[in-house]
Amino acid sequence: MTFADKRMRVLALHAGLVLVLFALQFLLPDYDHTNFTSIMVLATYAMGYNILVGYTGLLSLGHAMFFAAGLYGAGMGVYYFALHPVLAFVIGSAAGLILAALIGLIALRTTGVAFMIVTMMFAQAAFLVTLYFNDVTHGDEGLTLTQAARGFELLGWHIDLTNPTLRYNLALSLFTGALVLCLALVRSPIGRVLVAIRENEERTRMLGYDARHYKLLALSLSGLLSGAAGAAYVLFFGYVGSSFAAIQYSIYPLLWVLLGGVGTVVGPVIGTLLMFYLIEISRDHTSSYMIVVGVMLVLLVLWFPKGIAGTVRARWWGWIP
Amino acid sequence: MTFLSTQALTRSFGGIHAVAGIDLDLRQGEIRAIIGPNGAGKTTFVSMISGRVDPSSGAILFEGEDITALRPWDRVLRGIVYTFQITSVFRNLSCFDNVALSVQRSLSKGRAIWYRPDPEAVRAAVDDALQRVGLLTRSAELAGELSYGHQRLLEVAMGLALQPKLLILDEPTQGLSEQEIADFCRLVKEIAASATILLIEHNMDVVMELAHRITVMNNGTLLAEGSPDEIMANLDVQRAYLGT
Repeated sequence: MTFADKRMRVLALHAGLVLVLFALQFLLPDYDHTNFTSIMVLATYAMGYNILVGYTGLLSLGHAMFFAAGLYGAGMGVYYFALHPVLAFVIGSAAGLILAALIGLIALRTTGVAFMIVTMMFAQAAFLVTLYFNDVTHGDEGLTLTQAARGFELLGWHIDLTNPTLRYNLALSLFTGALVLCLALVRSPIGRVLVAIRENEERTRMLGYDARHYKLLALSLSGLLSGAAGAAYVLFFGYVGSSFAAIQYSIYPLLWVLLGGVGTVVGPVIGTLLMFYLIEISRDHTSSYMIVVGVMLVLLVLWFPKGIAGTVRARWWGWIP
Repeated sequence: MTFLSTQALTRSFGGIHAVAGIDLDLRQGEIRAIIGPNGAGKTTFVSMISGRVDPSSGAILFEGEDITALRPWDRVLRGIVYTFQITSVFRNLSCFDNVALSVQRSLSKGRAIWYRPDPEAVRAAVDDALQRVGLLTRSAELAGELSYGHQRLLEVAMGLALQPKLLILDEPTQGLSEQEIADFCRLVKEIAASATILLIEHNMDVVMELAHRITVMNNGTLLAEGSPDEIMANLDVQRAYLGT
């Protein structure tokens, strides 16, 4: 297969995915329509996570802090300072980016299990901070944004973020933006170096690369996408509480990415979609639905480490990025 | 000005001196072989030159500048390239991508991290390096699926693509067949036209064919140095290493 062929296929697959998601809004019942809005936002979070774990080989157990940075950055901005939602989104995304860069300066001194532990400790500290400053964050009870606060005027149009159709398409835009960013990244020279670091960091250093810079860049981009997803989530659904900063929001992206296919661009959205509905369905039958999450995690790690897209790539479509 | 010189270069692990005060001078353009029994400290010595291992004491001068404190990736950019003793190509990447990592590094020297070298230039340089080692037809294959001999050649292609001034080859012919060794020697002579070569090698036929000068190490120290004929005639060397 030539380079041009491969590029066409990659383009067709990802553009096709976006088109399918666009078309689905006309077919889905109301309930699933809202679910898909969530899924696209959460898939953005998963893609951000995947840049780090899938392409750079650094397994973080603390991404909830970057997601929460976006949620709180945007949510508190709107709640306390009545910020314009677009500005709040930018602030939330920036909060994810900056927090990730700062945490990276410390956590990236470690690798492997130590990196998992350090990121988890930082995320737990962040979670406790959201509880400790209860006066500001209202802890578990959280902050609810009013419909009025989530609307704004743009070129004479009134944009209301509580409108399901608008929300769906904004979520799709966010998702598409993240997809394009990830594709551009993994197909760029930087992406090639990130994969090289994942495969063999010492060898990469001996090819003249300062791996620390690349890892910090990967973590920062990962934090940016996580923060953007968090900011979008609070603006679309109008609520932020401490539970979003808790450990399960660090585990979820790991699960989504593992199920969909670690180190693939389309994997995170597939994993997010399936896992979202799996949890929804099990929630109908039992209150201890987290056990489903645990069992899935064990099953995936033991018997399906490549995930869906990873298996498809290994067996049939070697060209999937 | 000496091309490369080490001054009393020493590395200790606990109480053991793996390398104990080696002074070595390398002229530009020569092929220098380092020989010596297992455990003589050869790999540790060249690892200090490439920056993989920090010296306990001593200094390294490259093109007149002290590079002792320079990190390995900065040494690569100055032209010191190391190929691994144990093949360490990126097994899950194609041959093309393996070499492209080197090419894009040498094409983006001194540029920002997001600098994107011209993809056509990258492709041309990758093809050129693969052509030189005879792997061009295997460009799309995964490195991990190549035979061992081909992986060694890929490793050399990765080194070549970094446009080295000093190429350090650590036991490059280990595990190769007779025919592959003959091809390899031809390749090294070709490379020597544009780079200085430091070769750690056990196969004495290869050493005799390639080396302009030979350095013999034993127990972390420098036992002898000279032309291949001088070394063959040296009684100390025969006792320590050649076993006759």
